[in-house]
Amino acid sequence: MNYIDNILFAILLVVGVGFFVRNVKKLSRNIKLGKDIDRSDNSKERWKNMAMIALGQSKMVKRPVAGILHIIVYASFIIINIEVVEIVIDGLFGTHRVFSFLGGFYDVLIGSFEILAFLVLISVIIFWIRRMVVRIPRFWNKEMTSWPKNDALNILYFEMVLMSLFLIMNATDPAFQTFHLGNPISRFLVPLFSGFSEHSIHLIEQSAWWIHIIGIFIFLNYLYYSKHLHILLAFPNTFYANLNAKGKFNNLEAVTKEVQLMMDPNADPFAAPAEDENATPEKFGASDATDLNWVQLMNAYTCTECGRCTSSCPANITGKELSPRAIMMKTRDRIEEIGANIDKNGEFKEDGKQLLGDYITPEEIWACTSCNACVEECPVNIDPLSIILDMRRYLALEQSAAPQELNIMMTNIENNGAPWQYSQMDRLNWKDE
Amino acid sequence: MNVPTMAEMMAQGKQPEVLFWVGCAGSFDDRAKKITKAFVKILNKANVEFAVLGTEESCTGDPAKRAGNEFLFQMQAMTNIEVLNGYEIKKIVTACPHCFNTFKNEYPELGGKYEVYHHTEFLKSLLDEGRLTIEGGKFKGKKITFHDPCYLGRANDIYEAPRDLIQKLDSELVEMKRSRAKGLCCGAGGAQMFKDAEKGDKEINIERTDDALKTNPNIIATGCPFCNTMMTDGVKAANKENEIEVLDIAELIANAEDL
Repeated sequence: MNYIDNILFAILLVVGVGFFVRNVKKLSRNIKLGKDIDRSDNSKERWKNMAMIALGQSKMVKRPVAGILHIIVYASFIIINIEVVEIVIDGLFGTHRVFSFLGGFYDVLIGSFEILAFLVLISVIIFWIRRMVVRIPRFWNKEMTSWPKNDALNILYFEMVLMSLFLIMNATDPAFQTFHLGNPISRFLVPLFSGFSEHSIHLIEQSAWWIHIIGIFIFLNYLYYSKHLHILLAFPNTFYANLNAKGKFNNLEAVTKEVQLMMDPNADPFAAPAEDENATPEKFGASDATDLNWVQLMNAYTCTECGRCTSSCPANITGKELSPRAIMMKTRDRIEEIGANIDKNGEFKEDGKQLLGDYITPEEIWACTSCNACVEECPVNIDPLSIILDMRRYLALEQSAAPQELNIMMTNIENNGAPWQYSQMDRLNWKDE
Repeated sequence: MNVPTMAEMMAQGKQPEVLFWVGCAGSFDDRAKKITKAFVKILNKANVEFAVLGTEESCTGDPAKRAGNEFLFQMQAMTNIEVLNGYEIKKIVTACPHCFNTFKNEYPELGGKYEVYHHTEFLKSLLDEGRLTIEGGKFKGKKITFHDPCYLGRANDIYEAPRDLIQKLDSELVEMKRSRAKGLCCGAGGAQMFKDAEKGDKEINIERTDDALKTNPNIIATGCPFCNTMMTDGVKAANKENEIEVLDIAELIANAEDL
């Protein structure tokens, strides 16, 4: 017997899965470069959010056309992957359609896969048309050039090819075509191959089978480099997302301690600082990706660049530099760069760059109205606003680099308890006016 | 107009039912002062025993926090909390969604735990308890569109209270295309009120006023002094100030009854 096919397949499987595991490790290492934040509370609500938002796609359908097409692709993707189990077993053991002993049930199963594959093909073609022909504006913002644009198209092409190969593989399997129930779509492709010899048809079937599974392994390993990572990260991302009211911005604990000390009448102003002398004082806010917490970094890897946030951002709508999507994309680019730096040098070697300044400009940061539209819109609960706020904190507290008008407003608050220059003693004057 | 202060109440050994937090805009901004007075008139009419802090009130720190100055925010917060806790305040109502959000979400961890109401919620509860009646009066049949303040709507999921009140006026509530959770910001939040906008091709308040104008309203209603300023400016920019009024929900109710 000839075992070359099986051995080749086993190697393919090990390499494909091996590289994927390596990518997942790298991804996890990079996310853990972020600061710690406790999101272990309230697990019941977290599971519920994951079930509703990631699994149930509840926020996707708020834009119904894209939402429903997305559900078709997503549900089909998960279901069709059952077929991959059969492909792997066939590949390893040299069997052919090992599950076909299930009889009528197998027919129904593959039959539904065919219908789903066809629906995916149609949906993906509509996605392509929306992007390339209708040119929906959120796909054409200025951050969507070069790689981000090609990445989006690559994914669509990948899916088109994989689905077509699956259908061709079934159409060129004469034995399978006699099952009747299993081929609701592929039966219409059979006539395409009517002029071919039996041998050629077998060759086409074998090629489609191999290219299909190789394609799946390539796609699996493409994920790490792509916006498509959301198919995995949407789940932890919705689980660990902020559960508080959107208007609540966290209170910095380090600041609380200092303010309490300042306001404590019993505090000894000459007391020596209790802290370890070598401890570096905590940095306020964020200027680089590693100043962000791991949830914010996971947000960046989860972003699939759909642009719903940017299309609803009041600053972006009115032509400002700020785009919440670009904030997420730049954060990912920078943490990737830091990760690559660590891979190369064993530990992070100062590269003279920062997320704030080299990637994200203060102009973007100051254009935000903190309206939470981006947070509300995100189908997987990404929070661009929290990154913007952390950068404002860095600019205001570490650099004293808030815009001049804001400095005036803050001086007024300090001096007279209002953002404008009115005496606190006049606060009740309205009563008699 | 009867506006007792906490200090006066304390001297008489009384505790008010609720503290009315006026806020900086409500105290100093000429337009917002009208909202403050309208709300006080309603409180007086409904016989609500309230008090204000008067000269003891100080900025909640919201604009400082959102501009990144956490120090100044917490200084303001802790000073205010000391005053509020000193008077044993339990319940606060305010006509400013920014003050409302800060009290409700950011003060508790710093030691300031209160029952906090936006004035539209409070008015709604007065109505439900039968302490306040609302009649359409001069707003009967008028077309009113409501602009959701971000810090009331998205930030705290309060969308219905202001709408319920508008509908009590026997007026026609017309929704903008972008409303409720999808409402567009007026452009003032996140400390933008106090600075010029970054370079762009349009002002946000003009974009938002366009949304409102498309509904052909007689009145643009809102529930935030800053939104009010932004929308008023937007209406002026469109030269519609003679046809369209921008009013706070409290003003609608007070004016309907000629209070």
